[in-house]
Amino acid sequence: MNTHTSPGFVENVRMSGEFKKSAIFALSGLILCGGLYTTVATLAGLGVFPEQARGSLIYQDNELRGSTLIAQPFTGDTYFHSRPSSVAHLPTDTGGSNLAPSNPELRAIARQLSQSVSAREGVALADIPVDMISMSGSGVDPHISEQAAALQIPRIARARGLAQENIAALVAQHTATPSFGVLGQSRVNVLTLNLALDNQ
Amino acid sequence: MLEISIILGLAVLLAWPLGHYMTSVYSARPHWGDVVFSPVERVIYKVTGINPDQGMGWKAYAKSLVLFNLVLGVIAFAVLKFQHLLPMNPDNIGPLSWDLALHTAVSFLTNTNQQHYSGQAQLTYLSQGVLIVTLQFLTPAIGLAACVAILRGMVGGLNSETAKEGEARNLGNFYTDVIRGTLRVLIPLALLLALLLTSQGVPSTFSGAAMATPVDAQAGLEVQEIPRGPVSAMVAIKQLGTNGGGFFGPNSSNPYENPTPISNMLQTISLILVPIAIVFMAGRLIGRKSLSTLAFTVMATFSVTMVAASVYSERQENAALAGLSAAGPNMEGKEVRFGTDPSALWATLTTQTSNGSVNSMHDSLNPMAGLVTRAGMLINSTWGGIGSGFINFIVYLWIAIFIAGLMIGRTPELFGRKVETKEIKALGMLIVLPAMVILGLTAITVAFPALTGNSNPGFHAVSQVFYEYTSAFANNGSGFEGLNDDSPWWNVTAVVALILGRYLPILLPLAIAGWMASKRETKAKENAIKLSGATFCVTVIAVILIINFLSFLPSAVIGPIGEGLEIASGNAFVE
Repeated sequence: MNTHTSPGFVENVRMSGEFKKSAIFALSGLILCGGLYTTVATLAGLGVFPEQARGSLIYQDNELRGSTLIAQPFTGDTYFHSRPSSVAHLPTDTGGSNLAPSNPELRAIARQLSQSVSAREGVALADIPVDMISMSGSGVDPHISEQAAALQIPRIARARGLAQENIAALVAQHTATPSFGVLGQSRVNVLTLNLALDNQ
Repeated sequence: MLEISIILGLAVLLAWPLGHYMTSVYSARPHWGDVVFSPVERVIYKVTGINPDQGMGWKAYAKSLVLFNLVLGVIAFAVLKFQHLLPMNPDNIGPLSWDLALHTAVSFLTNTNQQHYSGQAQLTYLSQGVLIVTLQFLTPAIGLAACVAILRGMVGGLNSETAKEGEARNLGNFYTDVIRGTLRVLIPLALLLALLLTSQGVPSTFSGAAMATPVDAQAGLEVQEIPRGPVSAMVAIKQLGTNGGGFFGPNSSNPYENPTPISNMLQTISLILVPIAIVFMAGRLIGRKSLSTLAFTVMATFSVTMVAASVYSERQENAALAGLSAAGPNMEGKEVRFGTDPSALWATLTTQTSNGSVNSMHDSLNPMAGLVTRAGMLINSTWGGIGSGFINFIVYLWIAIFIAGLMIGRTPELFGRKVETKEIKALGMLIVLPAMVILGLTAITVAFPALTGNSNPGFHAVSQVFYEYTSAFANNGSGFEGLNDDSPWWNVTAVVALILGRYLPILLPLAIAGWMASKRETKAKENAIKLSGATFCVTVIAVILIINFLSFLPSAVIGPIGEGLEIASGNAFVE
């Protein structure tokens, strides 16, 4: 029952009379946005950029070793270590510490991280780059800073019996600079760098 | 600094033509895009029985909006509660509890995307890829439709030429406005962005998780399970539609949602693109360009000031890490590929716009940036949520007109229509509502510490609770995520804040616009307050500041301000 005030115009409606229209409209929306859009967008990405669409995966001898975008845990002395993670670098459980700068628990964790990096690399606390004692937002940050990579070179050179210059050259190959010189930060991809070390 | 300037500059540059395009979309002028879009629209009008040429008065418009939301809400709740019985569930994921299903349904229905469930682990592909993506398109389109209807009302409705004083006015057709916004604005933008994001590495596949053999076999991980999915399709509309609900738990800090500085730039621009375009559209749509100039000046002033404050904040060291490493900025909860500047920029813009997606963890922000993020949500009209943000700005504008009118002894009127007692009563409700809901719920919850589930002690614990309700009421969706928030208490009380924060701030202004539209238009233009003048611009800024300071300054003192002082005094860590 519509109250017509002029042709092609309703001042008020009864909600019960509009229910069917509204329900069909909602279903059309589900088909258009949830069905068609998701399918077209996903298939277009898969068709145009197949590598990236499948997750930038790294294969070696037909074996899947990981993704260039997702960090892996490294504990051995022969490897560069990833940033600390509050989720043990598990891609199924990504997340940050969610601890505030005023939280004593965060300070306790940072102190422990700092002391273990100091002992492992044989450097003073004041020489540790801040990204090595802070937990990333995702818990699977695939990068470390150039300083964090430089810090680890002597240990890896010793453990592998390689010259430091060789490792530094390899680090440079796996370092990305800011896009167009201004966007983002210089960064070293830990997983691809470690794979390259193993393949030397 | 250069990076931030480039991102903000590009956003404004792209929003300008988009605003023009959206003006033509909502004034239904012929456009070359009609060739593509009109046939699809005709099919939808045919199956639904909608007459696109039938205009609606504000009551009809409001009721259609409420009914459509009810229908969508029932569908959403049913799908989430019974997802284990529905198709597209290869991982045999179970149903959500009733309170979590209710919270999730309402959260996405209100364009909030506050998530108390944990990402891909608790939702099926049907819930995530079909239901939620649909709501991420339709809810911004609904907000935009309401905004356009209110704008039409402010100048007397589409039938202002023929209608007499006191007669109902035509504010447009709700269904037409929703479908045009979805089909002609959001879907094309999202398709383009999804493809650009995939080029940077955002997965775009229907395949399940990949199983990798880790490189360091000694590190304790035998197989690395890497979840993938149709990520880029969801991330695109999550960013463009002021939605914020991501595919993975940590949102756009996860490298699969935001892999490179370029994808980060694209997503940051997308946070504010449509909200800025709405500012450019608003004045053109009703032939009052001074409205756009005023809104842009006020919003840009707030936006840039707050960005500067949070960028400064995050360049400072994190007190908990001080002295334990070389001096450096606050990298806790942030990603190396971005660094602190783009993270602080994102945190500020995502809370100004009611988007709520994150590329760093807000719980670990330094106190000043924590203060900026909640201020953005409380003001809620610095660009703001799609449609709803500009509606909030109109509310501030009406209040400013009223106050300015009283101060100089003129009848307060906007575009020739008087703001009178009835309107002021409704505006008064809108002023006290946020304080009542947010402070009320925070007070109750903090009084019962067993309810909160905090991850942090002290001042920050109060901040976590306040942030959660502010985020719900502002329909933002970001969080101080350390909160253990999947409990019946959190779910139900957040639903109250979500509903009050979404529908009253849309429906009351719609009613006000409807009432004002029917009034006689004063022709004496020389007496009107000029929107374009610097004096009135400062008045609007002052009104926004005063309302929010009065309501929320005390709560900031026992939150981030207290936390900042505690850190500065050296009392945070007794060692």
